[in-house]
Amino acid sequence: MEIEKKLIKKASLEKLFEKLQAKGNKIFAPVSKDGKTEFQYNPSYAEVTYDHIQTTQSLKNTVFPKIENLIRFKTDRSGVEVTEVDLTQVQSLVLWGVHPCDAAGFNALKSIFMWDYKDEYFNSRLQKIAVIGLSCHKSDDNCFCTSVGLNPGGTQGCDILLTKLSSGDFLAEIITEKGKAIVTEASELFETAPSETKEGNLAQVNQQFSHEKVTKNLAGAFEHPFWVENSLRCIGCGACAFVCPACACFDIQDETKGKNGKRLRCWDSCGFGLFTIHTSGHNPREVQSQRWRQRILHKFSYMPERNESLGCIGCGRCSRACPVDMNILEQLVSLEKL
Amino acid sequence: MEVEKITEEAPEVKTFRLKFKNPEDAEKFEFKAGQFGEYSVMGEGESTFCIASAPTRKGYIECTFRKAGRVTGALANLEEGETIGFRGPYGNVFPIDEWKGKNLLYIAGGIALPPMRCVIWNTLDLRENYKDITIIYGARSVEDLVYKNELKEWEERPDVKLVTTVDPGGQTPDWKGEIGFVPTVLEKVAPSSKDTIAIVCGPPIMIKYTFPVLEKLGFTDETIYTTLENRMKCGFGKCGRCNVGKYFVCKDGPVFTLKQLKELPDEY
Repeated sequence: MEIEKKLIKKASLEKLFEKLQAKGNKIFAPVSKDGKTEFQYNPSYAEVTYDHIQTTQSLKNTVFPKIENLIRFKTDRSGVEVTEVDLTQVQSLVLWGVHPCDAAGFNALKSIFMWDYKDEYFNSRLQKIAVIGLSCHKSDDNCFCTSVGLNPGGTQGCDILLTKLSSGDFLAEIITEKGKAIVTEASELFETAPSETKEGNLAQVNQQFSHEKVTKNLAGAFEHPFWVENSLRCIGCGACAFVCPACACFDIQDETKGKNGKRLRCWDSCGFGLFTIHTSGHNPREVQSQRWRQRILHKFSYMPERNESLGCIGCGRCSRACPVDMNILEQLVSLEKL
Repeated sequence: MEVEKITEEAPEVKTFRLKFKNPEDAEKFEFKAGQFGEYSVMGEGESTFCIASAPTRKGYIECTFRKAGRVTGALANLEEGETIGFRGPYGNVFPIDEWKGKNLLYIAGGIALPPMRCVIWNTLDLRENYKDITIIYGARSVEDLVYKNELKEWEERPDVKLVTTVDPGGQTPDWKGEIGFVPTVLEKVAPSSKDTIAIVCGPPIMIKYTFPVLEKLGFTDETIYTTLENRMKCGFGKCGRCNVGKYFVCKDGPVFTLKQLKELPDEY
């Protein structure tokens, strides 16, 4: 559908939030506390922040939980009884104040979970989220959305995108039918679009590399000394993968208590040493440089080719989270010149 | 699935014959030689093995595994009549229709005979479609040879040439087969590469030394097939483990030609 523009005043935005909450919607919105911003379930409107640069954790947990229950089972002498998880029970969720990079992150995940076989666990959650985006008016040195084809006011993945205007009111862009439904139900809060455009109210994030060039260079870079040189610091902690909105590698493990058990899908990381180890002890990626290479190649070479999506949205979380200051942006800038 | 029959193949190696508990599942289930599945003991987790029986043998599937880790350890403790979980089939297949009218040369080492057994039986059951069938199989010792009864059957069949070998020192006093490593024995047997497809499966070291021998015998990269085994969790191209470069062993494999292998980065 064509994007529709409206104005929502600062005071009306609070009313929209409360209206959504009053209708029984669960809301997940960013809250700043002790200098750290994280998404929280059902905060009060006063707690919600519009001034943060980036939350530490991404939003992938909402569609790809850190631990997902795949099946339940019960074992005893008479045999095994398996119960499927009822995915119709997945609750709808409004994601509020989502930066454009994070909203685009859902598309990257979608490209993994839906590229051939449709993952019902993922899909049932994805269907139930409504994304109310918030353009970025601030950024930091780790942000590089414009280098991966996105921008601080991008609408990709959003149902509605809000942009804070100079007056403190918000421009609302209504992007999808889901977004339109929200606006229709609260039409009294929306006014005619202002003449002020969003472009003047966005953070300045300069493009630092061409991702097409990086992808092209990676095609012949498998044996390049770059990987060893640039991963010597890596301690394989996996923090980058856990905070990444587009990382979707997982493990499948069983957990039991007495006769009852669950089969769980849990976040995993290609950076972990045991990730690819065979039962025989043979490990195709036995050293950290091979695992770092896999991370970059997966996101910038394999995914564009196999999943038709980059595996990176330029949010910079991995660089901020890295305990040894590995900086993905610096590395991608180097890879462009390789 | 129900564990219908357990066969002890070699020390710590067992074959399970599995039957679907639900007749509807049995009715719906179809697979082709080369595909694999995820086998599980509830509470212990899942393990990846190929389906070791042939699709021409209806009504059951078989898997052969060595007790090595948590899941295979739990599987090894099961008795006949107990239940295991199965997901599958996954992966690509051996293109046996394309091989019609050709000679087939199977080369396997150790516990790598099971992934090849499905296609061996599949082609033996459709014997009239193929010309000469040769099987070269080696293990560390006589004790480690799997499918001993079937080896005997293949040996007795006039339409199969079977060569078995054990590593030097692995023989018993009454061992009548070859003594030596698979690549050496292959060189000695020297099968013709004319109109022949070679299917190789074994430990990486065996494969590494077998390919040059095949090349010397005149086999081209397109006529040599192997099946890869990388660690897997999901089986359908999402969990991120089994990829070799941009290819997923679980989706694009496990069956690859040597030509395809040469295009892959060294990551398997």
